[in-house]
Amino acid sequence: MADLSDLSTVSIGPLAAPAAKAPAAAAVADYIAILKPRVMSLVVFTGAVGLAVAPGHLHPVLAVVAVLCIAVGAGASGAINMWYDRDIDAVMRRTAARPLPSGRMLPGEALGFGAVLAVGSVAVMGLAVNWVAAELLALTIAFYVFVYTVWLKRRTPQNIVIGGAAGAFPPMIGWAAVTGGIGWGAVILFAIIFFWTPPHFWALSLYRSQDYAAAGVPMLPVVAGPRETKRQMLLYTIVLFPVALAPCLLGLAGPIYGAAATLLGLVFIGAALQVWRDDGQMAARRMFGFSLLYLFLIFSALLADHIAGAML
Amino acid sequence: MAETQNERQRTLKARNRALLLVLLALVALFYAIAIVRMSGG
Repeated sequence: MADLSDLSTVSIGPLAAPAAKAPAAAAVADYIAILKPRVMSLVVFTGAVGLAVAPGHLHPVLAVVAVLCIAVGAGASGAINMWYDRDIDAVMRRTAARPLPSGRMLPGEALGFGAVLAVGSVAVMGLAVNWVAAELLALTIAFYVFVYTVWLKRRTPQNIVIGGAAGAFPPMIGWAAVTGGIGWGAVILFAIIFFWTPPHFWALSLYRSQDYAAAGVPMLPVVAGPRETKRQMLLYTIVLFPVALAPCLLGLAGPIYGAAATLLGLVFIGAALQVWRDDGQMAARRMFGFSLLYLFLIFSALLADHIAGAML
Repeated sequence: MAETQNERQRTLKARNRALLLVLLALVALFYAIAIVRMSGG
């Protein structure tokens, strides 16, 4: 059994991380980088919208605490993910400059940092807000680390379909922070991100498939080829269309959101059709960029609709 | 070598300052949470 007393030297998988270089002190920027701030920003935004549109009231200070805990929990997941994936990160061009593969931070530092933030964010959420939200946050972190990173990512091309659930939990956590439970509205917000995730990640992996193949990550384009990937991307965008309109049917949103969801859904399907027809990489790159905009705009529309409804 | 040592010192100093700021922010946050919870929020 591996000696876990020195986690900085534990290697995982066939592609062990490069030997630890002389430990230059990791800078503050490196600690921020391992929290994956760009991923965190989208997680925080969707979590905050879930909190804002949930029925009920939460003291503004506690609302800020809840969003902060979601952000820190997401960052903790990212740090632990970077610790575990440091071997494959070193192989892929997109991730080779990260603090761990580049040797600016020791693996044990990243794991310890992530673990402290994970425990801290769940404890503060439970003590300050409520324990349902804290349990959902703990589930999200555990799901991302153990189910996605450790179990699925290197084993199946369905990794981001099932693992994508971790990214779909934040609005549900925000909802639970206000209501103390999980309603149908929270389930629908979860479903929107869940069905959005596969076309989003597969668009990226279509033009990064060589990186994933070199690292031995069985992303769908690597295993099943671009044609099958494009077919599944189109199917998910078609399924996402009615799912994204469900908040209107549940009375969670009104005409502003309905119009935005319809328009954005049609453009997203159009982008998937362009990817289907395009033999190059341009359409996939465009679709990846638009997918980020889609999620931001659809949650913005939900928020705008909620604010407009409250004012009228 | 001395330059590398200086650079390391600078990095550690910056880290310590950041840690101080985080700790002060946590003190303020826990104070605010305690006030809100005690007032029934």
